[in-house]
Amino acid sequence: MDPHFLDQFLFVALPYICLSTLLLMTIYRYWRQSFSYSSLSSQFLENESHFWAVVPFHYGILAITVGHLIAFLIPRSLLAWNSHPLRLYILEIAALVFGLMTLIGLVGIVLRRATMLKIRKVTTRTDWILIGMLLVQTVSGIAMAMFYPWGSSWFASNLSPYLWSIFTLSPDISYVVAMPHLVKFHVILAFLTIGFFPFTRLVHVLVIPNPYLWRKPQVVRWYRARRDRKETLS
Amino acid sequence: MDVRSQVSMVFHLDKCIGCHTCSVACKNVWTDRKGTGYMWWNNVETKPGTGYPTQWENQDKYQGGWEKNDDGELKIKSTGKAEVVPNIFHNPHMPSMDDYYEPWTYDYQHLFNAPEGADQPTALPISKITGEVIDVKSGPNWDDDLGGSQIYAENDPNLEGLTEQQRMQLSSVERLVLFYLPRICNHCLNPCCVASCPSGALYKRGEDGIVLIDQKRCRAWRSCVAACPYKKTYFNWFWGKSEKCILCFPRLETGQAPACFHSCVGRIRYLGVLLYDAERIEEIAKLPDDELVEGMRSIILDPFDPKVIAEAERNDIPEGVIDAAQRSPVYQFVMKWKIALPPHIEYRTLPMLFYVPPMSPVLASREEDTIHHATDNLFHEIDNARVPMKYLANLLGAGHEGVVRYALAKQMAVRWHRRAETVGDVDREMVDRMLFEADCSVEEAEAIYKLTSLCTFDDRFVIPPMYREQAIEMIKDPHEYRRDAGFGFVGGPRRGL
Repeated sequence: MDPHFLDQFLFVALPYICLSTLLLMTIYRYWRQSFSYSSLSSQFLENESHFWAVVPFHYGILAITVGHLIAFLIPRSLLAWNSHPLRLYILEIAALVFGLMTLIGLVGIVLRRATMLKIRKVTTRTDWILIGMLLVQTVSGIAMAMFYPWGSSWFASNLSPYLWSIFTLSPDISYVVAMPHLVKFHVILAFLTIGFFPFTRLVHVLVIPNPYLWRKPQVVRWYRARRDRKETLS
Repeated sequence: MDVRSQVSMVFHLDKCIGCHTCSVACKNVWTDRKGTGYMWWNNVETKPGTGYPTQWENQDKYQGGWEKNDDGELKIKSTGKAEVVPNIFHNPHMPSMDDYYEPWTYDYQHLFNAPEGADQPTALPISKITGEVIDVKSGPNWDDDLGGSQIYAENDPNLEGLTEQQRMQLSSVERLVLFYLPRICNHCLNPCCVASCPSGALYKRGEDGIVLIDQKRCRAWRSCVAACPYKKTYFNWFWGKSEKCILCFPRLETGQAPACFHSCVGRIRYLGVLLYDAERIEEIAKLPDDELVEGMRSIILDPFDPKVIAEAERNDIPEGVIDAAQRSPVYQFVMKWKIALPPHIEYRTLPMLFYVPPMSPVLASREEDTIHHATDNLFHEIDNARVPMKYLANLLGAGHEGVVRYALAKQMAVRWHRRAETVGDVDREMVDRMLFEADCSVEEAEAIYKLTSLCTFDDRFVIPPMYREQAIEMIKDPHEYRRDAGFGFVGGPRRGL
C-alpha cells in the first residue's frame, strides 16, 4: 500500500471519523439513553482494594489529560515555561509520576476486576477492551517519556500544530509523519480511544457534577404550575 | 410562612407483630429485579438489635446525617460540599455489600437432578451475584426475634448511655424483651440524601414531599447511600444507579395506599397529609438536640387555622389537599395527641415518619390479677418497663426521655380507661387521675382508642388527591395524553455498557 495513502488514512481520515463519532454518538446516547450515563461504580461490591486501584488511576489520568490539553491549547505559553531547564525538569518528572500513578491504578483495576469474582461479574467485554486500550496507551506514554524525553516541549512545538490543523479543518500531517513510530502509535490509539469513548462507561466524564458546588443543598421539583414560586429551601 | 403539604406516616409500634408482610409486599412490587436482591426498601428489624444494614444507627461508623459545625452551620457528615470533589472516585464512608448481605437463591434443580445416593439431596445456596455456591453467614432478618442475644441485641447503638443495670435488665432471662421496628424511607423535610447528590438527581416533590431519585440523572456517585443516616437509599450494583422507597407514588396517585401500608396485617400504619412551614426548615434543623422534637412539631401547621388555610391557598395547595390535611390521622397522632415521635431526629433530617413508642409487656413479677399501686406513682409500670425509657429515648427522643414518657403515659392511661369501661374492675377515680396526669381528656382517650383499635381502611389512609391531570396539563392536553398512553417506541433502559 502506498505509505502516503496510509498516512492520510491514519492521521486525517481516522481522526475525523473518531472525532465525529465522539460528537454524534455522545449526543445521541444522551438524547436516547441518558439512563445509561453512569460511572457504574463497583465500590459497593468491594470496598477495600477499590481505593488503591481507582484513586491513583483517576488522579493520574486527570493530571495527564490536563497536561495534554495545556500543550494543545496554549503551546506557546508551555514552551515559554519550558525555556527554563529547571521548570522543564519539574514538568517532565511530574508528568512521569502521574503517568506511573495511572499505570499503577490501571494494573490495580485489572487485578481487581480479574481476580474478584463479584467484580468480574459486573465487568463487560467493552470494559475489558477499554481497560486494554488505556493500559497500552499509558505504557506507550510512559515509554515515550523515557525514550523520547522533553515531550512537553516537542508536543507543544510539533504535535500541537498538527492537532490544530485537524480542528481547523485544514489537515497538515507533515509534523506527525516525521515523528518516531511510538509517537505515531500513541496518536493513533488516542484517536481510537476517542472514537470508542461514547460506547463505553467513559461517558461519565461528561456528566461530572459541576453544578453541585453552586446549587442550594435541597432540590424541590414541582409538577403543577405555581403562581408564586418561592425558593425558600436552604 | 411558606405552606407546603407532605404525605406523612405514623407507625404504631405497639401494634406491630413483626410478620414482615410489608417487606414482602414491597419486595414483590419493586425490588424483584437484578441488582436489587439485597435491597429492602421496607424492612422490619428487631429491637434491641443491630438492624439492617448492620448497626445503621452507628454514625461513628457510617457518618450519616447532618452535623452542626463550629459556626453553627449544618454540614453533611459524610461528604460535605468541599469533600465531594476529592472523594468522588472513592467515597470514604460508603457501606459495602458486606454491611447488608450477599443475596442468594437455591439450586433447586439439584433436588431433581442429583444422582441416586444414600442421602436426601439438598438445595445449596447460590449467590445471586456470582452464581457460585456460597456459605451463607448472614441475611435479611438474621437477628429476627433475638432480643437479649449477645451478638445482636447487645450491639445495638441505642444502648449508648444506658447504665450497666439497665443493660443487664435487657438481657436477664425473666425480663427479656424485644419489639419490632418497621422502616421505610422517612421522606424527610431536610433530606441528607438530596443535599449530598452531586448530580442533583435526588429531589423532593413539591406537591407531596415524596423524595425520589431521577434514574436518568443518577450517575452512581454514591453520595446518597453514605449520606442517608437511615441507610434507606440503596445502590443497584448491576445497573449502577441508586434506588430508594418511592412511597408507591404510582399507587398514591391513583388513590391507593402504598403496598406496605395496604398489606399491613397489624394495621399499624397510618398515612395522611401534614401542612408545614418550609421557611423554617433550616432554623429547626439547627436547634439543639433537646429542642428538636418540639421544634419539629412547631413546624407542622394547624390545618384548621384560617391563617394557615389562607396561606396554603396562596401557595396553590388545592382545597382537596387541605381537606385531607384536616382529616389526617397523622396530624392526630403527632400534633393533637403528641404520642407519635420522629426516629433519631438528632440526625437533623427532619423525618416525616413518626413512631408511636411500644408498651413493654407487663412485668412478670407483678402480683396475680389485681393491680397494685403501692406507690403514688400511677405510671409505675412504664417507669419500670422492660424496655428502659432511656433506650426508647435514644431511638425516638434524641436521647431525652420526656417526650417518650409523655407518649407512653398517655397510652397507658388510655388502656386503663378502656379497661374501666369494658371490664370495670378498675377504680374509675384512679383512671381519671391517670388521664389527668397523662394530659388526656376522656374524649381524647376515646379518640385514641378508636383510631388505634377500631380503625377502618379509610381512617388509617387519608390519601390526598394528587391532581396528576394538572401536572400533565402543563405538558400536554390530558385527554390527548390519555389517548396516547401506552403507544410509541420507548425502549427499555440500557445499562451503561
